[in-house]
Amino acid sequence: MKTNHVHFTLNGESVEVSIEPWTTLLDYLRYNQKLVGTKKGCDHGQCGACTVLIDGNSVNSCLCLLVSLEGKEITTIEGLGTAENLSTAQQIFIDEDAYQCGYCTPGQICSTIAMRNRGEINSEEDLKDWMSGNLCRCAAYKNITKAARRIYEES
Amino acid sequence: MLNIGNKQKRVDGPQKVTGKATYAADIASPFYHAYVLQSTIACGSITAIDTSAAEAFEGVKGIFTHKNLPERLKNKVDYTDPLSPPGKPFRPFYNDKILYNGQPIALVVAQTFEQARYASKLIKVTYEEKKFKGSLSDNLKNASADRAPEPASNRGDFKKAFKNSDYTIIREYRQSRNYHNPMEPHATSVEYKSDGSLVVYDKIQGVASSLKYLNGVFGLGADRVQVKSDFVGGAFGSGLRPQYQLFMATLAALELKHNVQMVMTRAQMFSFGYRPEVIHTMKLGCSKDGILKALSHKTVGETSTFEDFNETIVDWSGLLYKCDNVNLEYELTPVQSYTPLDMRAPGGVSGVYALECAIDELAHEAGIDPLEFRRKNYVDYDQNEDKPFTSKELMACYARCEEVFGWKNRKDLSKTEPHLLKGYGMATGSWEALQQPASVSLSMNEEGTFTIKCATADIGTGTYTVMSQIAADKLGVSIEKIKFMLGDTAFPDSPIEGGSWTVSSVGSAVASVCEKFKYRIADIWKRNNPDYQAVAFEDISFQKGKLEYGSKTFAFTEIMQQASKEELSIAHSESPAAGQNTHSGYAHCCVMVEVTVDKDLGIIKVPRLVNVSAAGKIINPKTAENQLLGSMVWGLGMALREEGMVDTRYGRVMNANFAEYHIAVNADIHDIHTEFVEEKDDKVNPLGAKGVGELGIVGLAAAISNAIFDATGKRLRKLPMLLDDVLEA
Repeated sequence: MKTNHVHFTLNGESVEVSIEPWTTLLDYLRYNQKLVGTKKGCDHGQCGACTVLIDGNSVNSCLCLLVSLEGKEITTIEGLGTAENLSTAQQIFIDEDAYQCGYCTPGQICSTIAMRNRGEINSEEDLKDWMSGNLCRCAAYKNITKAARRIYEES
Repeated sequence: MLNIGNKQKRVDGPQKVTGKATYAADIASPFYHAYVLQSTIACGSITAIDTSAAEAFEGVKGIFTHKNLPERLKNKVDYTDPLSPPGKPFRPFYNDKILYNGQPIALVVAQTFEQARYASKLIKVTYEEKKFKGSLSDNLKNASADRAPEPASNRGDFKKAFKNSDYTIIREYRQSRNYHNPMEPHATSVEYKSDGSLVVYDKIQGVASSLKYLNGVFGLGADRVQVKSDFVGGAFGSGLRPQYQLFMATLAALELKHNVQMVMTRAQMFSFGYRPEVIHTMKLGCSKDGILKALSHKTVGETSTFEDFNETIVDWSGLLYKCDNVNLEYELTPVQSYTPLDMRAPGGVSGVYALECAIDELAHEAGIDPLEFRRKNYVDYDQNEDKPFTSKELMACYARCEEVFGWKNRKDLSKTEPHLLKGYGMATGSWEALQQPASVSLSMNEEGTFTIKCATADIGTGTYTVMSQIAADKLGVSIEKIKFMLGDTAFPDSPIEGGSWTVSSVGSAVASVCEKFKYRIADIWKRNNPDYQAVAFEDISFQKGKLEYGSKTFAFTEIMQQASKEELSIAHSESPAAGQNTHSGYAHCCVMVEVTVDKDLGIIKVPRLVNVSAAGKIINPKTAENQLLGSMVWGLGMALREEGMVDTRYGRVMNANFAEYHIAVNADIHDIHTEFVEEKDDKVNPLGAKGVGELGIVGLAAAISNAIFDATGKRLRKLPMLLDDVLEA
């Protein structure tokens, strides 16, 4: 099978791989790297469960081919902090109970960080719009909004 | 050190926010991947299936169809699970018959998921199609009460009372089909061990259900299979029955003697159970002063051709208000589809939707404020069962909701933009407060750390946290000293996590095993300290991991050391409280909503949602509030968004994806508030707690419907209510 060569940074570490060109970033993370914190919810870019950070922007990793990421910096939930050393955003999600089942949580957290990185949130509506790419079927939206606002303002 | 009633943060939070919570598809073993090919017709049979090209494809390890299902899976095999409705459960690959569109007809197992999926497209299938009824509306004439359980007994003389009523209404309400769609697609990972035993990681709301199914179908007893489920990415009922990925992954693992994983695609999440489409006919009559005199509620619901799925729908109409002349009817009609499945507040959410819309319509006919109308018809005992309630603080919910929402002066608040119509609506909600038998085990090690085990689940409800709180509270230790473990068939039996009964059932068992521990440690202490042999248990207290008597304290760990014990283990099985037989247990709520409707475009928005609930003792207000808020959003989704659309010509779900099956998103939710009123209950269960996971959705769609009427003067009488319904009505 024909493979392509690609080089990128994953959670701070330099990675070089040869891989089939149709491999999505999501499948690469889950199957090849065993970084299963990034979740597959629809595989169609409709739910946001697979959101990761590429150069600080939020991306649906299911819609992103790995071979297109030459030179990029990829950060997944595993790269943000550990249980013993939580990032501010992760701690805020716990404090605000901004989840229930936890399945969409890694994607939600990555989206809040991308929102903070980007700025330009001028109202509650802006914030809710930004966070609407991440579905939460448990519908912890009130607490996710509270957490996202705090992350935007405090971190 | 009170823990019960604390806003305790989730003990599993650090795992969830770091991506370390492992769901069924997150197991790290090397797996073959399984992909299911689905039928493209709804009714008929497979005349030929050619798998040769798929078999020859790179990476393919095995293909399973009705042609090669092992013979042992055909004879005297029990495909039921603990929640199978009457009828014959679906048996994958059993024969060439097609029972529904989307039915699994072949399983391809390959080295990678991509290979399995691609190879499945190489399978050539030819069918012989038969005519069928694709929807409830198409098949109403086959509706029958014989297929459905009997509702609560009729009482009084409905016909006469209806005729003599001053105000009457006859209305029809329709609900569309809804799909659960937890964010985590259904998945099963099977580890095949060298001795032929299996460890099965399943997405399920109770591992015992998976085990029962595996034992019935594959003859795998607890000695040959262990089912685990540490984390469940939401379920809402979709995991109440084992779904077909469990069969597929297990079949492939046993036949190929290898680890196999099957994860459903999002589209496949629409290929099994759902909340059924139903049609309600309501006839209500009241006196001039708004006293309910006559009530009739008839519901027709869809089921499959092979199982008679039923819900408790119409009984709610005999329960919520005082009425002496009641007629309840329930019928089912089969459609060419998979069997429906319990979905968050099954039955209650449907019955109460119709009832609370009808009550609002009748109050309007009688010219009485809808809240006042409900108060006039308040009932303080269960007329269906002729029993008192264990507790019912609904009046307090009405009063508090009225105050928080500003119901009395709501019209004064109606300043809005000129192109928007504003309206207000309300409804009553209720859900059962049941307790099931549950067993737990407790052990304390030499460091004084407690491990409590139970085969229950945490589907996002907070089981890990709430059980840890109960144990910490009862044992008098800090919550860090408690490790609660669940989701493993090696643990003591638990009821399935559903029906909002986990806190009352498992929680009560946890409380009791802690009580047993205290007796046991006191016993050991007395035996090893002759001076205290005569001390009465009542004179001892337990705090901070110590036994206290008078001014003296003895650490649990010291008592153990003194007795040369390394570990203390206790088991306990809890039976439902006696009050469950003599009384009816229900949680109640009042919900009030504000809607705006765009005059020109018909767009409906819900700027404000307020719920006040009475649900007994709230163990953790943080997780309980979150549950309530979530179920309220579900009510909004049901009212304004969710519709499983079936092309009745083909029996196929047309919008099997998140882009077209709309669930509520963050931007749909604005000012949303819930709170609890004090409710003391010493009969419902030893904790006095009622479940809250389902309560908030009940009544909410009706409240929105009633508010749309208030805003527009239009009664939409169907769910979901869409902008074109507003414009057309």
